[in-house]
Amino acid sequence: MQLKKKQWWVPYAFLALPLIMYAIWVIIPVFRTFAFSFTDWDGVNPDYKFIGLQNFKDLIEDYVFFDALKNNFKWIIMFIILPVPLGLGMAMLLDIKLPGHKIFKTLIFLPMTLSFVVIGQVWAWIYDPRFGALNTTLEAIGLGSLTQAWLSNPNIVTFSLIGAAVWRQIPYMMILFLAGLKNVNQSHVEAALVDGANSFQRFWYVILPALRPSMIIAFTVSVIDSLRAFDIVYVMTGGGPFNSSTVLANYMYIEAFNNYRMGFGSAIAVIQFLITFGFIVIYVNHNLKKEKEM
Amino acid sequence: MLMQKKKLSLKIFFYTASTIIVLIWLFPFIIATLTSLKSFEDIISKDYWWEITSLNWSNFKEAWVDANMGLYFRNTFIITVPSVIGTLFVSSLGAFALSFYKFRFSKAILMLFVGGMLIPFQMLLIPVYRFSLNTGLYDTFQGVILFHLAFQLGFCTFFLTNFMKTIPGSIFESAKIDGANAFRLYRTMALPLTLPAMTALGILQFTWIWNDYLWGLIMLQSDNLKPVTLGLVMLKGQYISNWNIISAASLIAASVPLVVFLVFQRYFIEGLTVGAVKE
Repeated sequence: MQLKKKQWWVPYAFLALPLIMYAIWVIIPVFRTFAFSFTDWDGVNPDYKFIGLQNFKDLIEDYVFFDALKNNFKWIIMFIILPVPLGLGMAMLLDIKLPGHKIFKTLIFLPMTLSFVVIGQVWAWIYDPRFGALNTTLEAIGLGSLTQAWLSNPNIVTFSLIGAAVWRQIPYMMILFLAGLKNVNQSHVEAALVDGANSFQRFWYVILPALRPSMIIAFTVSVIDSLRAFDIVYVMTGGGPFNSSTVLANYMYIEAFNNYRMGFGSAIAVIQFLITFGFIVIYVNHNLKKEKEM
Repeated sequence: MLMQKKKLSLKIFFYTASTIIVLIWLFPFIIATLTSLKSFEDIISKDYWWEITSLNWSNFKEAWVDANMGLYFRNTFIITVPSVIGTLFVSSLGAFALSFYKFRFSKAILMLFVGGMLIPFQMLLIPVYRFSLNTGLYDTFQGVILFHLAFQLGFCTFFLTNFMKTIPGSIFESAKIDGANAFRLYRTMALPLTLPAMTALGILQFTWIWNDYLWGLIMLQSDNLKPVTLGLVMLKGQYISNWNIISAASLIAASVPLVVFLVFQRYFIEGLTVGAVKE
């Protein structure tokens, strides 16, 4: 709708309330966190001073920070290699619209509706070393040698946490791909069939390229979500044992709110933001480009 | 003949694979439900998770009353309902401006909303906490509600703008527009037409805000204000290995989002796929 010259302010009048609220609780805080990351604020004392890059220098010498970074990297990798292909595979399967496919979908979607806290509690019980369902089932089927202290073995604890998170993430990816599959032009698939393409060729040369937009979103969302992991880690292990399952989000919370190192915590948040930023740009770009095409 | 054979094998493949996947996915739900009905003796004395000697429905009562889940449950409602209504209303104002008017900064503003919804929460924690303390919003329902309302504006504005752009502009061209009329146009035409999208969005927002843990943790301190998610975590300290009570409480916390999803599934899925595919 074109505006007459006099009425340029009309859209701004509508945007005033949302923009002011968004500025107060989202935009300005982002800048404030950047500012805090250069200070030694402890969260209690009203006085704090500018200390330049000291927090970031401390981070480089902090082995817990590198543990967290390493674990975040595991989260990213696992969130890409598990939920994306498995979600796609399950979407392809349930896109065969035989009777009952809707019920199957509904049941698989259920974890999507759960809070990470609920997921954390339920999976902590499943992982319980003595009475938990995982170990007792392994014993029962004669695989007792595979039983583990899932949440207290430093070597596997992160993967146990990722397992619980992935249980929820796969259905999400499946939803994205099911939506994407709706846009695959069926006449192209049939044309390939007529040309004698086998099912793998049809998938690889016809369906997969058509899923490109969904794929970009699935990748970026997976990376962004994996870097956001907090609740599951905080609730299930608190980052332990001995920081072996900590991630940046969890480490930041503990440093800022338990150890009263708000400046240092801000520096961790800034690092986390910088890692995510590139993926945010990809996501936003992709969505805006789509708008131009529309 | 060959075609029929192929169809049969496809059917067998579809139903076998789907059933296995569904069973794996439901496994945690089955365990939680079964555990929530067990006695404590069953939990610590039985060798296998499927063994159960009696159904103890009283676990739910204990979680609800003694473990205070009833109070936390109520608190979550008090936080969630106004947050959802508020964010839908406020974002619909912004989306109206961004979708019906052409003006210089519209793209930049939309980008701001979309970008904001993706940033790591940790970038907001400290300033939001500080802001709440300084304004007296700390440890109040209003503080959490206002935060949820504001934070969800990113996704909601993005979602509603996308939807409103699909409404043909010609509907509005007949109406004469000046500043005062614009609000009427929003109220009498844009809002009613957007209602279906707002329902889908509302369902999604309801589950997201209901399931929040982090912001309650940051902004609430008093026990009698805490939402279910915080209550559930505190339970662990109290009922260390009483997994039956913890499971019952988990199911209580999960019940509302689960029911909302089952009733409004179509809307929920629609809401989630916005931004993922071309319209």
